[in-house]
Amino acid sequence: MSDTPPILALRDVTYRWPGAVPFGLGVANFALQPAETVLLLGESGSGKSTLLSLICGTVTAQAGSVSVQGTDFASLSAAGRDRFRAEHIGVIFQQFNLLPFGSVLDNILLPLRFAPDRRARVDDPNATAKRLIESLGLPSNLTTARAGTLSVGQQQRVAAARALIGQPPLIVADEPTSALDAATQATFLDLLFSQSRAHDTALLMVSHDARLASHFDRVVEMSDIAKIERAVA
Amino acid sequence: MILRLALGSLKARTLTVGMTVLAIALSVALFLGVEKVRTGAKASFADTISGTDLIVGARSGSVQLLLYSVFRIGNATNNMTWESYQDIAERREVDWIVPISLGDSHRQFRVMGTSAAFFERYKYRSGQSLALQDGAVLADLFDTVIGADVAATLGYQVGDPIVVSHGLASFVEHANQPFQVSGILEKTGTPVDRTVIVSLEAIEAIHVDWQSGAQIPGQNTTADVIRQMELRPEAVTAALVGVKSRLQVFGLQRAINEYGQEPLLAILPGVALQELWQIVGIAETALIAVSAMVVVTALIGMMATIFSSLNERRREMAIFRAMGARPRVILGMLILEAALMAAIGALLGLALLYVALWIAQPLVDSAFGLWLPIEPPSLREVWALLGVVVAGVIVSAAPAFRAYRLSLADGMMVRN
Repeated sequence: MSDTPPILALRDVTYRWPGAVPFGLGVANFALQPAETVLLLGESGSGKSTLLSLICGTVTAQAGSVSVQGTDFASLSAAGRDRFRAEHIGVIFQQFNLLPFGSVLDNILLPLRFAPDRRARVDDPNATAKRLIESLGLPSNLTTARAGTLSVGQQQRVAAARALIGQPPLIVADEPTSALDAATQATFLDLLFSQSRAHDTALLMVSHDARLASHFDRVVEMSDIAKIERAVA
Repeated sequence: MILRLALGSLKARTLTVGMTVLAIALSVALFLGVEKVRTGAKASFADTISGTDLIVGARSGSVQLLLYSVFRIGNATNNMTWESYQDIAERREVDWIVPISLGDSHRQFRVMGTSAAFFERYKYRSGQSLALQDGAVLADLFDTVIGADVAATLGYQVGDPIVVSHGLASFVEHANQPFQVSGILEKTGTPVDRTVIVSLEAIEAIHVDWQSGAQIPGQNTTADVIRQMELRPEAVTAALVGVKSRLQVFGLQRAINEYGQEPLLAILPGVALQELWQIVGIAETALIAVSAMVVVTALIGMMATIFSSLNERRREMAIFRAMGARPRVILGMLILEAALMAAIGALLGLALLYVALWIAQPLVDSAFGLWLPIEPPSLREVWALLGVVVAGVIVSAAPAFRAYRLSLADGMMVRN
């Protein structure tokens, strides 16, 4: 055990979807150290989405604890969890990350709107957003474009810029490269890694694609940490 | 930024949102239009008579007397005799009295016999007097003064001859006694515009050869002979009365209503108008209710639009949630969206109303003699517009709560 608290820690977590969905998830122990990059490998149906929802605090575990940077989600109210997520976690989806009708700039700055502390860490949001998309290999004048007009690859980079702005300690990415072709995939990952390293951000990426493993500090199989419970209908 | 994104989201759905806003705008324009016509009609009715303390006629209903004497709507069931008229005229409370004799027509316009005093005593729109745009008031027995609409519709100039028809919508003409236009009145926005005014004696003159509503065969008195005759009316339809002191109005009214020789009725124009409002009040309320229902229908249409947009927007809501937006923010955004649509619809409706007014004002005026003023929205209208926005917010609460529950259940993952 290191002295610094893990950026993310799940302990003895059990979760069951409410209602008729016969699906439950148990995680005995899973942790992420600050600035660590981890690839979580799992096929679809392995509980990845549920795990991400738990980590982001949009659902809460029935038992055990999920804590980010030492704060247990169970100790927070629903509103508190939303605020906490905005402050500490950058999220990148598989695709359709952006509000297509909003400008690129509005999309990037959106999380700051719900996270005053994270907003306070950014001196000049507009300039920062420009710098971020430049460092992600996009022209800085793209900020005024409507997000819907961008290519999928560009959209994913904008989503990365949005996850990175204000330097949240943890970025959670859900198969962010699956909608990209191989070449774009590699560029995107390189850029994402260099940026998260530059900001000392921990990165948890979920994917079914084991070929990405070489980029990461650590690779974890979903089946090693999580136990799926399926009720027999 | 949230407002900008909400606007952007609306803009991204321009077609459906546009249709919804248009529906709201049209319903609001209809609602305000009905309101305008209603208040315009009321105002124009109330403006028609001013400065007259009592209207006297044969006993009937007060509204009926008001309608036929002032508005030329409907007909008198009975006349009052000239003796009764003179008895009233001689009472000491009476400051002035103007006789009105109706029953004949010229084309689609009514002919009214009266005395010269009519031109100085008849007042409209809080005390305005009649004015001539051309010519002079009645000088000769066969002179007529015509209202502005009569002149405009029939293209009459001063000096043109006029033949008066017997009765209303009649083919029997008083062809033997042609009149001449001596003056044309300025437009007043009252029934006077659509009236051909002649002297009381002239009404008698054209009926010299008539008896019991039919022409006496073979009898054909010439105009010059008639001029020599002593023309004394036997009866008048009604009379407008002014009293010396307003305190005497009720006393005089009672005295006339209790007049022994003949059943008469004296009414205060304002009170009769109030009675009239009570009668048309039901229709008015029904009209307002119907147009309000149209607004409600448009708002329910908006609710349906928002409901049907929810499914395709779950992704949008998931993004907001992932960025840390609370479900309450989603709720607020949808309500904001509805409020924006309702507000834009309301303002567009107001704009439509003014465009429609601008186009319809002269048409409505010439067709119905109803002047719809173009003026800034009244306080009542502003409240109505605010009411539309508030109603929009209330109506949108249902889909907004559904979105709230969806986004609470979905979190950042959209499970389809």
